[in-house]
Amino acid sequence: MTGVREPGAVSATRGRRQVPLPRLADPAAPLLVVEDLAVRFSLPSGSVKAVDGVSFRLDDGEALGIAGESGCGKTTTALSLVRLLPANGRIRSGSVKLFGIDLVPKTEKQLARYRWREISIVFQGAMNALNPVRRVGDQIAEPIEVRLGRSRDASRKRAAELLDLVGIPGQRASAYPHELSGGMRQRAMIAMALACDPAIVIGDEPTTALDVMVQAQILQLLERLRRELGLSLILITHDLSVIAETCDRVMVMYAGKVAEEGPVTRVFTAPRHPYTQKLLSSFPNIHADRRTLDVIPGQPPDLRNPPPGCRFAARCPFVMDVCREVVPPEVTFGDGVRVACHLYPGRDAAGPPPRVVGATRTCDAASSTDPAP
Amino acid sequence: MSAHYILRKLVQAILTIVAIVALNFVLFRMMPGSPERATKNPHLTPEFIAAERAKWGLDKPLFPDQLVAFAISTAQGDLGYSIKYRGQPVVEVVADAAGPTVLLIGIGEAIAIVVGLWLGARSGWRRGGVMDRIGNSLSLIFYSMPYFVIGMPLIIIFAAGLGWFPTSGMTTPGGDKGPAEALFDLGRHLVLPVTAVALGLIGAYSILMRSSIVETRSEDYITTARAKGLPDALVLRSHAFPNALLPMVTLIAINLGYVVAGAITAEIVFNWPGLGLLTVQALDARDYPLLQAIFLLIAVSVVFANFAADIVYGYLDPRVRA
Repeated sequence: MTGVREPGAVSATRGRRQVPLPRLADPAAPLLVVEDLAVRFSLPSGSVKAVDGVSFRLDDGEALGIAGESGCGKTTTALSLVRLLPANGRIRSGSVKLFGIDLVPKTEKQLARYRWREISIVFQGAMNALNPVRRVGDQIAEPIEVRLGRSRDASRKRAAELLDLVGIPGQRASAYPHELSGGMRQRAMIAMALACDPAIVIGDEPTTALDVMVQAQILQLLERLRRELGLSLILITHDLSVIAETCDRVMVMYAGKVAEEGPVTRVFTAPRHPYTQKLLSSFPNIHADRRTLDVIPGQPPDLRNPPPGCRFAARCPFVMDVCREVVPPEVTFGDGVRVACHLYPGRDAAGPPPRVVGATRTCDAASSTDPAP
Repeated sequence: MSAHYILRKLVQAILTIVAIVALNFVLFRMMPGSPERATKNPHLTPEFIAAERAKWGLDKPLFPDQLVAFAISTAQGDLGYSIKYRGQPVVEVVADAAGPTVLLIGIGEAIAIVVGLWLGARSGWRRGGVMDRIGNSLSLIFYSMPYFVIGMPLIIIFAAGLGWFPTSGMTTPGGDKGPAEALFDLGRHLVLPVTAVALGLIGAYSILMRSSIVETRSEDYITTARAKGLPDALVLRSHAFPNALLPMVTLIAINLGYVVAGAITAEIVFNWPGLGLLTVQALDARDYPLLQAIFLLIAVSVVFANFAADIVYGYLDPRVRA
């Protein structure tokens, strides 16, 4: 399941697309390229640098997982793609290029074209994400009718089809959200996200509020939809096993910055950034002695006033003098992993990751989800 | 909506009315004073007073005789005879006054609901905007003013000063008026009292609706609606508004009782021949039967307003229909 995407998926996905690309789209451009994105929240007590210089790329048919502790900027990064930030949040700099079109300078009105039709979102805890006083089917049909200009009947029919697709009988379209179980609501939310046949679906903790059995079902559903529809996914979660099962690549964020990014198989088997190592070893492993569960001491820095050097320095077991003063540059390795850490100086760095206490268990954790260790 | 839900609410309403009838009876007997003392006539002989008390049934014990008689005739729609209006049936007296009040409050409420909810929704949706700052300050001012304080300047400026509208009453006395002319005359008399009542209510409703919209605006489903790329006006109209309306339905129904009570001052200022004015006159004369009838009418209309609110609420919110 963690296998690398087969070649050929790229053209298939773009070819499958039922709705036309945006007018300004460059057909040859990559699906999504985010460069040097910075988001700030203004609070009475100061400005919070929630996302600071984040870059990543998403190709057609690919699934990217964004991992990290609460408050590390995962959701902010994803929501800022279509600028759904709270009123006090602003994109300060950077670009978000979808099919080569930069969304950052777009006005609110221009941006509305890209919401849902190009980038849709499956929110966490679908109870509150669905309008409690409107029928589920109508809520799914709404973007089809309003955004794609289909007739009401055609939209409703399509909504019923989408419900069928996610495993809810079409006649349940007339149900209200409170009449559905948590898993069904999440399925309905997924159906809604597919309504306009978007280029990218963002899952913002889509399984967090669900029990384990239902979680597995939802993940299977996402996996199936990815295969059948060639979806491009961005999956935000603090549950690393979800990423291991669903995603091709993983981006680990810490305190608003990218710590490490690369293919899931590489990052999970041989984590290079000390934070990734710690994160993986703090994750419970069913095969290991539970007394060995590791924790990362300390807390993420105050993002109103982040430390001048590496943001993980205060909690890092390998901290050096340079870490406290200089922001570590991003180094890309030959296996496609990108790391921002002073342990790996210079470009084209190679060599084994340093051994850490708990890192051995990390490899166990990763190999348990990987059929070929 | 299930028949069971409606039936349950209806039974609740009827039980409430029964309790009100009993309370209504007790309440007025606990008041100091008596009808014969209220006439303030020192020349009445004790014999005459005794005869009058016997005639009105006041010589019998309160319980059970008076209460049973009261309950039976109330159930039959016979609310007795007015003491002040020289034996005229109370039902007739009240019916005559109910029309003008329903007209005044009905139009005032209707305007206030439409304008107040719209204003509140607009203010809350763009919190801190120009509309919000102006609308919210004005709403607070009108909300905090009793109707007679709003009414006085209206009379001074638009009736006494500019002479656009009559100062008081419901009709211009004398003269033969055709139906169209009579209607126009009534309309002219209605403008100022309706404005006074509506302004106060608009203040109340827009402040409540504003806070309801502000609360709704931060709900996750509003983010979902925005993420869907729906036009801002549609997000407000079809996602925020229906949800923000839910607490308002109950508030408006509960408010109705206060509106009738509050209208007493508006009716006095504008000399409007409605229930408010009648209540004051009946209180003055210790007219028990009339007061009982007015209180019963107000109580029953509040109970039914709440019943109607429950039905509307069930219609608006699928979660309570069970």
